[in-house]
Amino acid sequence: MKKQTLIYDGSFEGLLTAIFQVYEERLNDVFIVDEVHYEPDFFSEPVTVYTDDGKANRVWDKLKDYKNLSKLIYWSFLSEFDERERYILEALHYVLKTQNENDYGHPAVLMLSQLTKKVGREKHRMEAFVRFKRTREDLYVSIISPDFNVLPLIAKHFKNRYADQQFVIYDTKRGYGLFYNLDSIAFIELDFNSKEDLEKAMHEEETNYNLLWQNYFSSTNIKSRVNMRLHKQHVPKRYWKYLNEKNPL
Amino acid sequence: MNFERIKEKLSILADAAKYDVSCSSSGSKRTNTNKGLGDSSGMGICHSYTEDGRCVSLLKILLTNHCIFDCAYCVSRKNNDIKRAAFKIQEVVDLTINFYRRNYIEGLFLSSGIFHNPDYTMERLVSIAKKLRLEENFNGYIHLKSIPGCSDELMREAGLYADRLSINIEIPTVSGLKLLAPEKDHKDFIKPMEKVKNEIIQYKAEKKIIKNTPVYAPAGQSTQMIVGATGESDKDIMYSAVHYYSTYNMKRVYYSGYVPVLEDNRLPALGTEVPMLRENRLYQTDWLLRFYGFDVRELLNHNHPNLDIDIDPKLSWALRNMHMFPVDVNTADKQLLARIPGLGMKSVHKIINARKYRRLNWENLKAIGIAMSRAKYFMVCNSSNFESRDLEPERIKSMILQSSQSKYQKFYNQQLSLFN
Repeated sequence: MKKQTLIYDGSFEGLLTAIFQVYEERLNDVFIVDEVHYEPDFFSEPVTVYTDDGKANRVWDKLKDYKNLSKLIYWSFLSEFDERERYILEALHYVLKTQNENDYGHPAVLMLSQLTKKVGREKHRMEAFVRFKRTREDLYVSIISPDFNVLPLIAKHFKNRYADQQFVIYDTKRGYGLFYNLDSIAFIELDFNSKEDLEKAMHEEETNYNLLWQNYFSSTNIKSRVNMRLHKQHVPKRYWKYLNEKNPL
Repeated sequence: MNFERIKEKLSILADAAKYDVSCSSSGSKRTNTNKGLGDSSGMGICHSYTEDGRCVSLLKILLTNHCIFDCAYCVSRKNNDIKRAAFKIQEVVDLTINFYRRNYIEGLFLSSGIFHNPDYTMERLVSIAKKLRLEENFNGYIHLKSIPGCSDELMREAGLYADRLSINIEIPTVSGLKLLAPEKDHKDFIKPMEKVKNEIIQYKAEKKIIKNTPVYAPAGQSTQMIVGATGESDKDIMYSAVHYYSTYNMKRVYYSGYVPVLEDNRLPALGTEVPMLRENRLYQTDWLLRFYGFDVRELLNHNHPNLDIDIDPKLSWALRNMHMFPVDVNTADKQLLARIPGLGMKSVHKIINARKYRRLNWENLKAIGIAMSRAKYFMVCNSSNFESRDLEPERIKSMILQSSQSKYQKFYNQQLSLFN
């Protein structure tokens, strides 16, 4: 039989549906790819996967028996790494066969755990480096463009923390955001014109608190211990754009 | 709110508070209740890092830098000619809430110079924490300083609103304290520690019986010692650290390399280098005691009162105890693996996990990310080419030093050249 390439829509449910198909049709020689990354070739037959929540849920329910593996799969998926699907499938085959879900000696499991670690680091950084600006309507807004698709992972953290404040965290790189309306979190898409619109909507005290924070940041530094290498190791330069203390007014 | 005035106060009072090292915001179990603000149940978060590389997690300020004491090591000492300022209670509350809402901080770290008397000061610190908790429904992290010599009743109340309480012992030896802070009594430091320890034990016991007993200082208590101000040895410092860990159930003891801020003939001169490497070695020792199962007497003792500067304390211990090595990574138990120089607890767990599935060789170890530069001299695995030469400790040390690079090299190379 010719090798098959399953093309899914790029959603996590789509990937799970594709996995369902692999097992249902007992496909051995198969490759899963999302539609953005698909490039036709002569050696394989393209098959479009139609995302099916029912099938996706069945796979996810099964995965719940493997707590560690299911986390590795979801988080690696969010890494948006090109070949994530290949490693996910390999690791899944291996774990279902051997039940060794913590065996980091296996190359695919190791790969997923490394991807998960990277995504975890980015998640933690976003929890740390997101800075809100308060608007006149008492909405707190933050604009980010993280390396990986971590919004789904940080939603709970911010909801627990800011239970009494409306906020938006918007990922401009992926064109969607989180909106918390004091009750629940919704994923939203905005027409994002410019940062200037946001500046116009700012609360009158915003600039002052911004300045106070910058002032605090420089006062708390001990000059005789300066270590810029360590500083940059903790806050790599690509994150400085988020941090108001690194962008003095 | 007069922002210009607040800005001035903030720069004075943050500047004076920055020598307090503790910035931890983890270990509390306070969750967000009744749709309030904040949550400190998760891991700590560093929201920024200063240019000296330290974490900024809490808004760390003094309530005031007016002080009736004249401790030689302290910037805020009575006779030091500096700008003085004091926050109003509401100002601290507003700053904390507004910084927190913008995700700048995890919470508040509030310390103070002592004005009027200890109780008067402590009362104000407690009332800020109380206001944040009760009026603002704030569940973020609060770290309060205990003021030496304040009453038990205030300490009890403080623990009901704060996540962590701490009192800085500052000078590791009683004689050093006499020299540098003659007006302070060692007992005044001990009493609040004792009180907090007992309250924590009592509240925990009550909680087992009555479920809605409030939590008392859920992130425990900590203390801090200045290193390199009074000529104490590493042994003095670590033995007192161990004393505080065991006697008062400290969560953390912090070590702070003395930054010369004042001219005083009892202290190192202005411009003396901050002993950062020594500080680092002390923290490494602290970790070995708390997480690696070492006893302080193995690392520091009569024959070995100071830590080596050029190598880490675990390597130093291993070189003195070569009869324990090499360790077989495929069979050794956790405690023994943890004693291999260069292996951290994470690596130890990785090894224990990985060896369930196969006998490990060098390639396997490398693949799971074990750092081998130091460890290879002290272990064997399922591979025939291990370090078979019978090397002298001195030889191993020089091979490790040659293959490593440290930004501190200039410090210990200088020291070596003294003897050459």
